[in-house]
Amino acid sequence: MSAGLDAIVERADALYHDIDLTCVKQWREAHGGARAVGYMPIYVPREIIDAAGMLPVGIMGGRGQIEIIRGDAWFQSYICQIPRSTIELALTGRLDCLDGFLFPSICDVIRNLSGMWRVLFPQKYTRYLDVPQNFDPAVGGRFFAHELGGLRDDLGKLAGRAISDDDLRASIARYNENRRAIEELIALRAEAPHRAPAWEAYLILYAGNLLPVEEHTAMVRDYVAAAKAATDRAPRDQARVVMLGSFCEQPPLMLVKTLERAGCYVVWDDTALGRRWPQGDVATDGDPIVALSDAFISRSPATAAKYQPEGDRGEPLVQIVKRSRAEGVVFGAPSFCDPALLDQPMLQDALDKVGIPWTAFKYAENLGQFQVIREQAGTFADSIRLWGEA
Amino acid sequence: MSQPAKAQKDRSMAQQKEMIAGHFHALSTAKESGRKVVYTFVPGNLTELMHAFDVLPVYPEINALQSGMRKRSGAFIAEAERLGHSEDVCTYVKCDIGMLKNGNIGPTGEKLPPPDLLLLSYTGCFTFMKWFELLKREYDCPVAMLHVPYQGDGRFSPGMRDYVVSQLRSEVIPKLEQITGKKLDEAKLQEALARSSIAEDDLVHVLEQAKHRPSPIDSYFGGVYYIGPMFTAFRGTQSAIEYYRMLREEIDERVKAGEGPVTPEGPMKNGEKYRLVVEGPPNWTSFQEFWKMFYDEGAVVVASSYTRVGGVYDTGFRHDANRPFETLADYCAGCYTNLDLPTRIGLLSKWVKDYDADGLLVNSVKSCNSFSAGQLLILREVEKRTGRPGGFIETDLVDPRYFSAANVKNRIESYLQMIEQKRHNPSAIVSEGPKAGALPVMP
Ligand code: SF4
Ligand code: SF4
Repeated sequence: MSAGLDAIVERADALYHDIDLTCVKQWREAHGGARAVGYMPIYVPREIIDAAGMLPVGIMGGRGQIEIIRGDAWFQSYICQIPRSTIELALTGRLDCLDGFLFPSICDVIRNLSGMWRVLFPQKYTRYLDVPQNFDPAVGGRFFAHELGGLRDDLGKLAGRAISDDDLRASIARYNENRRAIEELIALRAEAPHRAPAWEAYLILYAGNLLPVEEHTAMVRDYVAAAKAATDRAPRDQARVVMLGSFCEQPPLMLVKTLERAGCYVVWDDTALGRRWPQGDVATDGDPIVALSDAFISRSPATAAKYQPEGDRGEPLVQIVKRSRAEGVVFGAPSFCDPALLDQPMLQDALDKVGIPWTAFKYAENLGQFQVIREQAGTFADSIRLWGEA
Repeated sequence: MSQPAKAQKDRSMAQQKEMIAGHFHALSTAKESGRKVVYTFVPGNLTELMHAFDVLPVYPEINALQSGMRKRSGAFIAEAERLGHSEDVCTYVKCDIGMLKNGNIGPTGEKLPPPDLLLLSYTGCFTFMKWFELLKREYDCPVAMLHVPYQGDGRFSPGMRDYVVSQLRSEVIPKLEQITGKKLDEAKLQEALARSSIAEDDLVHVLEQAKHRPSPIDSYFGGVYYIGPMFTAFRGTQSAIEYYRMLREEIDERVKAGEGPVTPEGPMKNGEKYRLVVEGPPNWTSFQEFWKMFYDEGAVVVASSYTRVGGVYDTGFRHDANRPFETLADYCAGCYTNLDLPTRIGLLSKWVKDYDADGLLVNSVKSCNSFSAGQLLILREVEKRTGRPGGFIETDLVDPRYFSAANVKNRIESYLQMIEQKRHNPSAIVSEGPKAGALPVMP
């Protein structure tokens, strides 16, 4: 069984390291030159790209795998890493296999990057996708459905064929299946984190950036089944933690490994949050654009880029901690990430109020030294274990 | 010749001072007078609507920049960081939080009243949203959120306008009605909007006088005073009409007399030697020192993006009393940082040409990704389109740790030398655009 598990993880690992998007080129060739559309974190309605017969490709920066030479000439030292590595990927031709690029509404950096893209790559289709911060279906919902309708028209043109309602419904069904599979993976981590270590789960989730949705769903399910059967993976006395703040620029894989090696089981995190967005199924009957919009309006996860009109800003995090039976929270945010870092004091206050311990550090996607984080995480895990036993 | 002009200049300055003092006094006595207080933001402010409800606005960014100018921001920021706010984030937010924790004493030394409503009408920046989420925890009052979509593909579509108008009707106006106990008087709103457009005409006239040689104004350092009443509590009032009419007359006088801008040290000693367009907000903690680096060298700013941060009027937009809600939506959407980069590049290039500037200088502030992300591309593109050299400096808004005077001065001087070189040899390639490692390291 573990041979199967190893093979799945190896495949995911190869995709994670496929910085040249070879898999996308192969997919295009195998599909008669069909088009591919890239998108940045966090949320884009991948269903619409998929429904047009194009491959949605999630681009989450250079993840420390490329040397930044040209990208640094475009961004000041006090701006996070992901835009510079994304520009580097494009300027080195690694994104040439993408015919279009979507920039979701998340922060001012990504927003401005969309304009840079239009100047630097005028031959490519580029769109900034604003999402509503008003969650009244008659107001924000109507606006979003209108925006999604425009996106559908654009992507239809890019694909060379109009996207029908049935195309969209079929795609929504595929993504619903994918989200369910991901929930199974997340449930497994909360249930038996020793069976599905965070770094493996991360690789499996990451693979969804590159694989066609059904293939990814199959990979997640295979992994979950194989991990559940991996009885040789014994539980250890580790602190159960939630890791938060990594929804956009990604932590180095080594950082995730470091946390677990330092004694933390990461039982929930917000990496690849876009893959779990919206929460639950999108309706497959009625107007599919309205269904996508409704799901966004009513079932978006709480995250720094989303306005929370009611209640305490930290409450959703407290609920996540409780649901995943975590014992503490590790705030791991990219340096200079305004949304994540402005959110933190509010979240930390909420944790303090209910006595949930936390620790915080910053990272960059190209971080190479983990000793300090290892010590910090180790101390945190020890304190949780001691405190828990006291 | 300069005496009468100076006297007139003093009149508008004095008038502005009086207006501001009156506003802060009204705020400090709001409780006694029973007037409601609304905290809101400069870009995308709904001042005319607030006037229609007779509420008093407070602008946290203005308090922050005033704290910066009064050298108090450093301590406020330190306080916020001590409370757990990251050193990486916008210093306006931290300055405001620090001020709040220190008794919320406003720029005139009077205590600011707590808000009756947090009116989160913001545009062009995500940090505003987080800022009010933070403030929301400090006050027990309703919050009205107005989300203005970004002009990502360079236009404000009918669907976007409709979205903003719906929010005005379903979210903002009901909350203003709730706190004031009054129904919206649409006629009153329209009157305010009509007054806005009169003053807006005069502001545009003033800014456009910088096309003269010499320019009668400095459109960045001086400009921040000119935009003050328009971008804050006074747009839509009779006093704003009077202020801008007076300012217009003063500037026209200066043009007639062939005079340059008035600096804190009086008329520029060596006259106008360089004409610049500046992109990005100013540094407030060393504002006078920063300005002096320019006028000592004879550098006059003839146009700046910062003077459009609370509204871009020179492309023709005016508040339109006949479409009260749509015009508010259009106003919010059109503020400078809500424009996409290609549009910003277009505007800056146009200003370089229309104002016959020697080039574009970017002041990149650490705090503000809304402005800063993409500025190096803006610089390169404007250079390319205008054929005039660009310069680049880095400071911060209100964090004194990020103003390295020697470094900034040095770079301004090198930039002006570059312009000089270009003048003597127009075909010389004086800049190759941004290069890796070319940026100064922050102190
Ligand atoms: S890491 Fe944070 S600041 Fe950087 S682009 Fe992503 S959300 Fe924006
Ligand atoms: S990031 Fe920029 S626009 Fe936003 S609040 Fe700070 S200074 Fe203002």
